Amino acid sequence: MINVTIDNKQIQVPEGTTILKAARMAGIHIPTLCYFELAGMKFENKPGGCRVCVVEVVKDFNGRPRRNLAPACATDCVEGMEVLTHSARVINARRTVVELILSDHPTDCLTCAKSGNCELQSLAQYLGIREIPFKGEQSHYRQDMSPSIVRDMDKCVMCRRCENMCNNIQTVGALSAINRGFSAVVAPAFEQDLVDSPCVMCGQCVQVCPVGALSEVDDTRNVMAAINNPKKTVIVNTAPATRVALGEEFGMPAGTIVTGQMAAALRRLGFDYVFDTDFTADLTIMEEGTELLGRIKKYMAGDKSVRLPILTSCCPGWVNFFEHNFPDMLDVPSTAKSPMQMFGAVAKNYWADKMGIKREDLVVVSIMPCLAKKYESKRKEFYKDGNPDIDYVLTTRELARLIKQFNLNLKDMPSEDYDDPLGESTGAAVIFGATGGVIEAATRTAYEVFTGKQCPKIDFTELRGMEGIRDAWVDFDGTPIHIGIAHGLSNARKLLERVREGKEQFHAIEVMACPGGCVGGAGQPYHHGNSEIIKKRTEAIYREDAGKPIRKSHENPSIIKLYKEYLGEPCGHLSHELLHTHYFDKSEHVEISE
Amino acid sequence: MAVIKLSESKINFIKDVCKSYGNKPGEVINVLHKVQGEFGYLPAEVQELVAKELGIPVSRVYGIVSFYSFFTMTPKGEYPISVCLGTACYVRGAEKVLDELKRQLGINVGEVTPDGKFSLTCLRCVGACGLAPVIEVGEKVYGRMTPDRVKDVLAEYR
Repeated sequence: MINVTIDNKQIQVPEGTTILKAARMAGIHIPTLCYFELAGMKFENKPGGCRVCVVEVVKDFNGRPRRNLAPACATDCVEGMEVLTHSARVINARRTVVELILSDHPTDCLTCAKSGNCELQSLAQYLGIREIPFKGEQSHYRQDMSPSIVRDMDKCVMCRRCENMCNNIQTVGALSAINRGFSAVVAPAFEQDLVDSPCVMCGQCVQVCPVGALSEVDDTRNVMAAINNPKKTVIVNTAPATRVALGEEFGMPAGTIVTGQMAAALRRLGFDYVFDTDFTADLTIMEEGTELLGRIKKYMAGDKSVRLPILTSCCPGWVNFFEHNFPDMLDVPSTAKSPMQMFGAVAKNYWADKMGIKREDLVVVSIMPCLAKKYESKRKEFYKDGNPDIDYVLTTRELARLIKQFNLNLKDMPSEDYDDPLGESTGAAVIFGATGGVIEAATRTAYEVFTGKQCPKIDFTELRGMEGIRDAWVDFDGTPIHIGIAHGLSNARKLLERVREGKEQFHAIEVMACPGGCVGGAGQPYHHGNSEIIKKRTEAIYREDAGKPIRKSHENPSIIKLYKEYLGEPCGHLSHELLHTHYFDKSEHVEISE
Repeated sequence: MAVIKLSESKINFIKDVCKSYGNKPGEVINVLHKVQGEFGYLPAEVQELVAKELGIPVSRVYGIVSFYSFFTMTPKGEYPISVCLGTACYVRGAEKVLDELKRQLGINVGEVTPDGKFSLTCLRCVGACGLAPVIEVGEKVYGRMTPDRVKDVLAEYR
């Protein structure tokens, strides 16, 4: 331990602690911009580039003051160090730094997507900046709009959080700092559009971007137009993870469950029917679980052509990732569509027929914690005669904005139920929202179908947790089943490479692209690096599960009815047509030209 | 599936260079240096293949190519022209020489004439400050350049 004095406060910190962390331990706030940490997720961005966190070292290791101000995020404490975080010199320098950043930043805060959530805006406020004394050239870049993400690089402050996230946590490698000096910016190779790059649309770059350079595509106006059109029947489905995060946008503490209030608010927005993606999460378990058991049984019968492990396919960021990076393994993932796309298929076929609504008059909206879902809904294979199974995807944040526009406060909403039949769900479905949840839900059902016996337990706590890569053996009444779990795509890559090289064998692997799973999705309220928020949401997911009267997907009465009335059996003919999909090789191939 | 199209000889050359550096990601600058030495420039397909061989994202390769002024994505002309804009050349009127070159060739710095004959780049000091201002055409150095002499110099190569 070493002794340091920060703002006349003496503290002891372990060796190797930065001034910034030491100050935080002492409860002293040092403003930052490029610095970003997601504690417990192995993500720390500290390029030391913005210089907002500079401090004055009045006594350095040699007993003398340090001549230059030091960046607190990238300077380690030394024994006997004395630091001032808010001296007149520091405040002056900090203000100049922010004024310089603002001199090359558009001042369209009024209409900026990040307004109210922008860390640069907060800094300017914090430092009391009322004018920008530096005038000069401004950098201009082409706007890039993918189905999920909008890039407006005029607003980029070169904090490089997105680059770090894209390359180190997700190992997607779509973004890199390019050019130099004034024209330096973060972009895909050759400044191509994101859709043409290896981007998987996970949107974690948007989640960490401090300013409006990266934001989600806004579909709220399209949804309102559909609701305003009297010819259209507009229905909505809500993903598991949205119900444990939406409350944050209304000042509720992280981890507040607002399922009933969300359903009530959606009705007041004018949706004709309020359904739940959880219903089709249960359906996913029926299809994916049956597929898994089919493969295991064949394998155990000696059929070596069977591909194990089965990989979950609920997460569209993950699907994009393996299409780009594991083209040799496209037959390994489950062919089951994601719960959202299953919802679209069931709604526009089974339900529309049942209600006598024409496909083109039915608009299906999804509320998702995710940006990749916007892209997924636009995939051609999920269209029929030019009409998509899912018309629009709104993120949790977009839904919050709509609710506020309607002068509604979630806090005042009564708790209402979802509509039947596409609204009934089990505890197994809600845990789809957290890492380990999909495979736990599958285990609850697969155990009983495989053994024909009642499962001795419901909570498979060995599958839960926050470790990036986890594995567990689950005893299927004498048959040991090896299950792997990864969240964050770098972890998924590591696990898949181990499988590809034959170093480890699994029966099933669950992957979620975002750290923490969907609870940490890019469409969720901004967490600004507070990983406690993600943990609180996860706890809420498991609380919601525990409170459900039915907690196994195959016991959902509406699911049983759906198979009886319409689908026949899991993985049957109609299921294959409506609920399963196929994957594409999106990797780069070298070809000889003349 | 995206396709990278290159001639067989180029593919083999790039693969050999990468191999000679052990296909190590850390050798990317050395690899690019060698490859540009052979092809004269680094088009997108070449960067894609280098990235693939070294197992790094192509965005990283492009980040490096676009950062270092030595690397270029534009092919060089048959006679690459470099104008020295070092301090000595600059104060003795290098910019006027450059402007005249641009005017007569009809191209900007970093571009190639449509017939592929000339390309134009700038550099900082060739170590011949006594001859300032200096331009190079290929390996040949022309000292004490003036805008008036540009026409004659170009005529030698036309």
